[in-house]
Amino acid sequence: MKESVTWKIGGEAGFGIMSAGTMLSKAFSRIGYHVLTTNEYPSLIRGGLNIITTRLSSQYFESLNKEVNIVVALGKPLIELHKDEFSEGAYIVFDPKDYEWKASDFPKPVVLIPVPLTDIVTQFKGPPVMRNTIAIGASVALLGAPLDSFSEVIKDQFKGKKQAIIDGNIAIAKAGYDYIKEKFGKETAMNLTPATKIEPHLILNASEAVGLGAVKAGLKFAAIYPMTPINALITFLADHAEKLGIVYKQPEDEISGINMALGASTMGVRSMVATSGGGFALMVEAVALAGMTETPVVIDIGMRVGPATGMPTWTEQGELQFVIHSGHGEFARAILAPSDAAEAYEMTIEAFNIADQYQIPVFILTDKYMNESQWCAPLSLFKKEAVIDRGKVVKENELPADGSFKRFRLDVADGVSPRSFPGMKNGVYYANAYEHDEVGHVMDSSAGRIAMATKRMKKFDSMKKDVRPPTVYGDKDADLTFVSWGSSRGPVIDAMTILKGKGISSRLVHYTWMYPFPTAETTQLLGNAKRIIGVEQNSMGQLAALIRENTGIEIKEKILKFDGRPFFPEDIAEKVSGV
Amino acid sequence: MTVTSSEFTTLHSPTWCPGCGNFGIWLALKEAFARIGVGPSDGLVVYGVGCHGNMYDWMKMYGFVGLHGRTLPVAQGAKLANHTLPIVVVSGDGDGLGEGGNHFLHAAKRNPDLTVMLHDNQLYSLTTGQASPTAKPGFKTKSTPDGVFDAPINPLVLSIASGATFVARAFAGDTPGLIALMVEAINHKGFALLDIMQPCVTFDKEHTYDWYRQRLYKLETEGYVPDNKMKAIEKAMEWGDKIPYGIFYKEQRPTSEDHEPALVSGPLSKQPVGTINLDDVLNEFI
Repeated sequence: MKESVTWKIGGEAGFGIMSAGTMLSKAFSRIGYHVLTTNEYPSLIRGGLNIITTRLSSQYFESLNKEVNIVVALGKPLIELHKDEFSEGAYIVFDPKDYEWKASDFPKPVVLIPVPLTDIVTQFKGPPVMRNTIAIGASVALLGAPLDSFSEVIKDQFKGKKQAIIDGNIAIAKAGYDYIKEKFGKETAMNLTPATKIEPHLILNASEAVGLGAVKAGLKFAAIYPMTPINALITFLADHAEKLGIVYKQPEDEISGINMALGASTMGVRSMVATSGGGFALMVEAVALAGMTETPVVIDIGMRVGPATGMPTWTEQGELQFVIHSGHGEFARAILAPSDAAEAYEMTIEAFNIADQYQIPVFILTDKYMNESQWCAPLSLFKKEAVIDRGKVVKENELPADGSFKRFRLDVADGVSPRSFPGMKNGVYYANAYEHDEVGHVMDSSAGRIAMATKRMKKFDSMKKDVRPPTVYGDKDADLTFVSWGSSRGPVIDAMTILKGKGISSRLVHYTWMYPFPTAETTQLLGNAKRIIGVEQNSMGQLAALIRENTGIEIKEKILKFDGRPFFPEDIAEKVSGV
Repeated sequence: MTVTSSEFTTLHSPTWCPGCGNFGIWLALKEAFARIGVGPSDGLVVYGVGCHGNMYDWMKMYGFVGLHGRTLPVAQGAKLANHTLPIVVVSGDGDGLGEGGNHFLHAAKRNPDLTVMLHDNQLYSLTTGQASPTAKPGFKTKSTPDGVFDAPINPLVLSIASGATFVARAFAGDTPGLIALMVEAINHKGFALLDIMQPCVTFDKEHTYDWYRQRLYKLETEGYVPDNKMKAIEKAMEWGDKIPYGIFYKEQRPTSEDHEPALVSGPLSKQPVGTINLDDVLNEFI
C-alpha cells in the first residue's frame, strides 16, 4: 500500500486522454483522496503525444512529484519517450497489440501489466477511443478502489445521453477492472492507503476557477479571443451564459476584446478579458486607456512560454515585469498572482472589487500549469458569501439638476471620483483618452494636467491598505528562506517537506499580491534573512528584480526554470541540499 | 419629452477650420437627436481620433472618446451592456477604416444596433493632411506627393459585403438631407453606416463643396429601391462625374443583442450584482 501514487496516461491526441485525467480525479476525489492532474501536449489537434499525470494521495499535498508509479500507455510513444522517468516497481499497463514490451526494455525494474485493450473494445463493439475507459477501470483496480467510484463519474459525464451509452461505458470500464482483479489480483503494491478527506471538493482548473470567481463577483460581460491556456474560461462562460445571465462575446482580436470590455464597464457592468502574453501585447494600448478614463476592468493573463508564439502549450512565469510596465504613460494598476485554483477563485473576486474601488485595470496572473491542471478545492470555499464592493458610484436621483456633476472631481483624498453611467439623468461626462478636466473635456494646461495626473496617481497610496503582504509558510525562524510567487508555491512547499525530512529547516515567503509591491513587509521579512533562494519559472528572476527595485535587497541565489515544465519538489530540494 | 438641439450646447467652441464639413455633420447630429427625442443623458456617442473626434467638446452628451480606430469595439461592448440606450459612433475614414478596419468588418457582420457617422474626407487632416484609406488614385496629399497609388477602400461596398443592414451615403453640405438620413440611420435597428462626404477646406483644394455639388445626385430620383445587395454594391461602385447618395441598402436582420439570451430580462447594467446562486454550476465540478 502507498500513501501517494502518481499515475500517467499517454497516447496520441484524439484518444480521449484529456478527459481521462478529469474522470480519474473526480472518481478519487469523491471517495476522499486529494488529487492533482496536469497535462502535457504539443500545439496540435491530432497526432502528437498527449500525457496526463495525476497524483492521488490519502494526505494533502501541494504539487506533482517526480515519481511515476502507474503508467498507462495507449500506444507506443509514451513508453518509448518517457521510460527513463518511471519509478522502480512501477506498473506498466499496455496493450500487447500496440507493442510487446519486455521488462528488459526498461532501465529500472518494473511490473508489466499487459491488458488486451483492443480485444476488449472489439468484444464490446465499441469505438477505439473507449480503450481509455478500460484503462481507467484497470487503474481503479490497481489503486485498490471500488469500481463504483468510477461508474458514478461515468454516469455524470454522460448525463443526458442514452442509457445504452452509459451502460456500455460502465460495462467496458468493468471489463478493465475485472481483468486486473482476475489476472493481476496479487498486484496490490499501488493500493492507496485509506482516504482522509471529509468534505466534498471540486475538481477544476484555474481558468474555471477564475470564471466561477468572476460570476460570483457579478461579472456580466466578457470578450475573450481564443488563446491557449485560457480557452477553458471561454468554454465555461459560453456554456453558462444563459443560465448565469451573462454575455460572452468572441471579439475579432484582443484589441477589440479589451475595448469592448471597457465599453461595457463604462455602462456600469463588471467586465473582463483573458488572454496570454501574445494577446496581451495587443491589448496594451487599451490598458493605458483604462488608466486614463479610470475605467475598471479585470484582465486575466495565462502566462505561457514566450517570446512571440514561443511554446504555446507549456508553462512559464515570464510576464510579471511586462504587465507591471505595460501601457504608455503612468497610471495605477494592481497585479494579483494566485497560486492555485482555489486562490484563483478568491483573487478573481478580489480583483473585481479592487478594479471598482480604484477604477483601474486589475490583472490576474495565472499560467498554463494552473489553467490546464485539475486542482482539488473544497466546496465550502465556493459556497462562502462573497463581499461585493462596487466602489464610488453616484445615485441617479442625487445628481445635481443644474448639470454641475463632475465625473473626475479633483477634491477626493483617495484619488477616486464617483462614477455616473450613461443613461443617468444629469450625469453627463466624457470618458476621455485625452487628458481632461473634471467633466472630461480636453485640457492641456500645466496646472490642470498636474492636478488631474496627481489625482489619478493618489490611487497608488490609497491602495496600500489593500496590499496583501507575502504569506510565510514553514519554519518562521529558519536560516533558509525561499521566495516565490504564483504557482511556484506548491513545488516549493513540497520541497520544504522533503528538506525537513533531511533535517533542513526552511521557510517560504510567498507573493500573491505583486503590485503595488508590499515594500515595507518585504523589508521586514527579508531584510535580515541569512540565506534567500528565489524560485521562479522564468530565466531572469523577475520577482527578485522587483524586490531589489523596491527594497534594495538582492537575492543572489536563484532556482530558475524556463523549459515550460513546472517545478518538481525533488529538484528544488536536491538543488538546495546539494549546494 | 421634447428635446431641442440647443440642449447639446457646451461652453466649448469648435476648433475646426472655418468652413470644415464637420460643422454640417455636428449641426445635423444635434438636430437628428432632437427629432428622435434623445437628450444629452439618453444616449452615448463614441468618438474616434481625428478632426471628427474633437466634436465631443462642443456636444453635451455622454461621450466615450476612445483610442484611434477603436470606436466600434467600445460601442459594441457598451451596447451589449445597455442595449436600451441609443449609441452613435462618430468616426472618420482614417480612424474607422485604417486603424479600425478589422473592427469595421466584424462590427458589420455582427449587426449590433449602432449607427456609424463616418466622416469621409479622404484625408488624415488632424495630422495635417496625409492620404486616408478612402483616398482616390491620383490624389496628391502630404504622404502621396505623386498622387495616391493604392486602390481606395469603398466603405459602402465593404459594409454591404460584410453584413451591414443599413448603408447610406450623405453629404455634409446638404444639412436637411443629412438630418433626414441620420434620423433614419439611428432609428434603424441594426448596424447602420452613414458614409458622409466631407470636404476638407484646408488640405484638399480638389474635393470642394462645389466639386461634390456638381456630381452628387439622389438615389431616389432614379427610383432606386435599396433592397438588393448585388444592385447596391453595383451602385456603390459608381464614382466619377456622377456620384449617387442616399440609402443604398437596407434590410431587417436580428441584431447581435437580439441573439443574447441574457438580455431578454433587461439590460445587463440593470441586473443585480452579487446575488447569483452557483449551486448547480458547482455540482458540475464535483
